[in-house]
Amino acid sequence: MSVETIEKTIEKKPAEALLSKRRRKLVSDPLVDDNPITIQVLGICSALAVTTQMKPTLVMAISVIFVIVMANLTISLMRNTIPSRVRIIVQLAVVATLVTLVSEVLKAFAYDMYKELSVFVGLIITNCIVMGRLEAFALGNKPYDSILDGFGSALGYAWIILAVAFFRELWGAGAVFGIPIFEYISSLFGPDFKLATNGLMVSPVGAFIILGLIIWVQRTKTGYVEN
Amino acid sequence: MQQSNAYIITFSVILTVVLGLLLSGTSQVLGPMQKEAVALDQKKQILGAVIPGEEISAMTPEQVNAYYGSHIASTVVDASGKEVEGTTAEMVDVGKNYKKPLEDRLFPVYVFHEEGAPTQIKSYVFPIYGAGLWDAIWGFIALDTDMNTIGGITLAHAGETPGLGARITEPGVQARFEGKEIFDESGDLVAVQMQKGEGRDYEDNLHQVDGLSGATITAYGVNNMLKNYLEYYQPYIESKKSSTAVAAL
Repeated sequence: MSVETIEKTIEKKPAEALLSKRRRKLVSDPLVDDNPITIQVLGICSALAVTTQMKPTLVMAISVIFVIVMANLTISLMRNTIPSRVRIIVQLAVVATLVTLVSEVLKAFAYDMYKELSVFVGLIITNCIVMGRLEAFALGNKPYDSILDGFGSALGYAWIILAVAFFRELWGAGAVFGIPIFEYISSLFGPDFKLATNGLMVSPVGAFIILGLIIWVQRTKTGYVEN
Repeated sequence: MQQSNAYIITFSVILTVVLGLLLSGTSQVLGPMQKEAVALDQKKQILGAVIPGEEISAMTPEQVNAYYGSHIASTVVDASGKEVEGTTAEMVDVGKNYKKPLEDRLFPVYVFHEEGAPTQIKSYVFPIYGAGLWDAIWGFIALDTDMNTIGGITLAHAGETPGLGARITEPGVQARFEGKEIFDESGDLVAVQMQKGEGRDYEDNLHQVDGLSGATITAYGVNNMLKNYLEYYQPYIESKKSSTAVAAL
């Protein structure tokens, strides 16, 4: 059977629902069961580096969502024209362009964030999740599915780094999004009471510990075992 | 067909041109806004040496510009301390000047004065620039009108190690310099040195501050740039010193 006849049989089927079960799974799978950070253990370097505070982490999360979704879409649209011998460099060029766009926009509209995130925005290029999704999904699937897949993976990355940042900022600086939570709680117990912060949480070691705990809790609940 | 060399080359060329146009277009559109953001950031750093950081972060960009306009007068001097005509301090790129021979360099001076009253000077702010461990470090140092006491300092860096050398941007580290003096009792310029190690008390010493644990090279970089730039500005500093001494008589 030639390729043409297969395509024809697919075309005859009724169009798949916009959010069919399969498509919902594309988005929901990477959130927990196939999370890029906790299960695939990808994108760890930026998860450690930017998570001392919630605010830069949120900006990083949004940037990564934008880059992965747009890269997946672009590569998926071009998937039938990309010569397979140079596909990696084509993917890299697309990702690098998107990352540079993010970096330029941040520099123009959020200079303080740009300074704080500095190299880590540029390093989205090397985030294994991005190239991983392009190679594993976008090259072989239609644009809409690729967008969902990219969105799912990026969201899986985003919620983990936000969770890590929440605990690191809370214990390390006694605040959440810069709001001094510890100071407020301490004031409830009188002037001499002071909740101590832990300097370890501010250093990258703190991220390792939090991330390890999250992975531990998750794998205990899901029963996932590496093979 | 897809695998032929001609196809691959054509594809690559088209892709490169499209992406290149996209990037240069973005850069063109965003360029003016980025310049504004950089200029605003520099104003914040200059003001950071003379007023508390929380006050600046509470200001909107318009307020920063307005405050800067009504409180800062600037001038440019050369290595001999003479004022240079035909340029403004904000236009001088300290990093670029750093690479020129000393006699060709331009040195901006920012004068912090009472609101709208340029003659009622509160302090002088000088830019500083040098090398940290990995990349450039820079900042601004404010001297009180006695031209000796440090009123405040802001420090910034391009690529120091987060959690170690990058701590020079922390308000707590910068506060260590406040109240220190740059001239010793005999009138020699000794500046202020960050010490090796961290956690000791340098309250009694007017020329030493607590160091950065794990970032001794960055700390020495800060020391060098302070010493160097205060020396570059020394002719200007001395001239202001003698004029205030005359005024005091």
